[in-house]
Amino acid sequence: MDTAIDVIGLQTHYGDREILKNISIAIPRGKTTVILGGSGCGKSTFLKHLIGLLKPTRGKILINGKDIAVMQESELNEVRRRMGVLFQGAALLNSMTVGDNVALPIREHTKLNETTIQIMVRMKLDLVGLQGFENFYPSQLSGGMKKRAGLARAIALDPEFLFFDEPSAGLDPVTAAGLDELILKLRNVFKMTIVVVTHELPSVFMISDYVIMLDLGNVIFAGTLEELRAADNPRIRMFLERKPEQETYSPDDYFKIIAGD
Amino acid sequence: MLPIAEGFFGFVGRRVLPVRRGIHDAAKLINTTFYWTVISPLRGKAIRFRASISEMVKAGYNSVPIIAVISLFVGIILALQAAYQLKKVGALIYVANLVGVSLTRELGPILTAIIVSGRSGSAFAAEIGSMKAAEEIDALITMGINPVRFLVVPKLIALMIMVPALTIISDLIGIFGGFLLATTVLEIHPYNYFQQSVNALLVKDVFTGLVKAWAFGMVITIVGAYQGFKVEGGAEEVGRRTTASVVASIFLVIVFDLFFTTLFYYFT
Repeated sequence: MDTAIDVIGLQTHYGDREILKNISIAIPRGKTTVILGGSGCGKSTFLKHLIGLLKPTRGKILINGKDIAVMQESELNEVRRRMGVLFQGAALLNSMTVGDNVALPIREHTKLNETTIQIMVRMKLDLVGLQGFENFYPSQLSGGMKKRAGLARAIALDPEFLFFDEPSAGLDPVTAAGLDELILKLRNVFKMTIVVVTHELPSVFMISDYVIMLDLGNVIFAGTLEELRAADNPRIRMFLERKPEQETYSPDDYFKIIAGD
Repeated sequence: MLPIAEGFFGFVGRRVLPVRRGIHDAAKLINTTFYWTVISPLRGKAIRFRASISEMVKAGYNSVPIIAVISLFVGIILALQAAYQLKKVGALIYVANLVGVSLTRELGPILTAIIVSGRSGSAFAAEIGSMKAAEEIDALITMGINPVRFLVVPKLIALMIMVPALTIISDLIGIFGGFLLATTVLEIHPYNYFQQSVNALLVKDVFTGLVKAWAFGMVITIVGAYQGFKVEGGAEEVGRRTTASVVASIFLVIVFDLFFTTLFYYFT
């Protein structure tokens, strides 16, 4: 398997609390990898490590073979130029128009003239289905449109890697499906390496080539969709069949907990 | 004995460690801010000029009316209070000296700084804080854009220029306020008042006031940005940090005022 990102022995803490415990995974190049897991399993924290926002306590994060955990800021910025990230709330800058938001990375990192930039912005907005919205402010857009605009900004510099944090969170099924379609298109047309963090099962079955499942800071599954469907790990079954977590203590224990001793 | 000692050291540690962390974060912010303001333009990474102009309009131009009105009133008040004492000794003409010197040396800069911390310092904290809460700061970092260069440097430049500029306006209008009162209520001849003011004021009075104003501008920007970047979580934290930024910047402005006033007292 040709891997684009290799994570080796990643361990991280928030204060004294261990969030990720010794994670080692490989993310294939040119495929869509979905990182799956329940709330609080550390998947968003894991994503923040992949995009260099957080530094691990221990372990390596190799992107194209280079460890971003030990990089200098300037080196890391070079890597970031080849990355696009769509945040959960799209994270568009509210003080700028949609067009300026999309143009921002182009203006910062290239010396193209204004006409070229405008053409690029229109192309990117057209790609995500937002043609004609350059002069709108983010506050004038709906949730789904904001995500599309955020995606246009993320792909402004034609990145090699594209990261999504909960792309369908807060969207209706139709809009979410539209976004999934867009993710498929980007992989097929531009051969980007895409990493999606989500807990939405319909989306997982639609877009993923490769699935990694986290639970309580550990990797409990890594493989293809077919392998995921066939997996017999009880935690995975619970997740796929939408079963609630079992009560883990007896009534006597419960009494001890509420009595406080 | 041991548990008491342990408790004592624990108590001290819990109080001191957050302060140490705060100082560390503030020092880091100051360091990055000055790197991106002074060093990186020399290395060919230009300052965001348009954003600086827009910040100047927001922080400077838009606060001219409020500063003008307050300075006018303070000028009048100062003249009245001075006259209350000076007329006892028949030295009413010295109202001009008192108004001129106290405005340029002290009240002009400090009034301006307090108004600017209320208007702009809080706005900086709220803007950066809500951007932090909405992951916009993270988005800037992942685009390879340093948030300090993008957000703080234009504000710093704006305030370093605009607080002294506003101070000049405040000085002039304050003195005009004193002049208005003196020539009408106190019946001092306008030309005498004017002459007296000009004779009383030295270049160094005005200059030291402007140096203070320049320092206050930096203090207000750094405090606002520091509180903004400290936001973790949602909207209520933004509100809390905004309030904290106003309180802290007024406090620090006064501390710096004390420092500079002492310095100028001995060295000018």
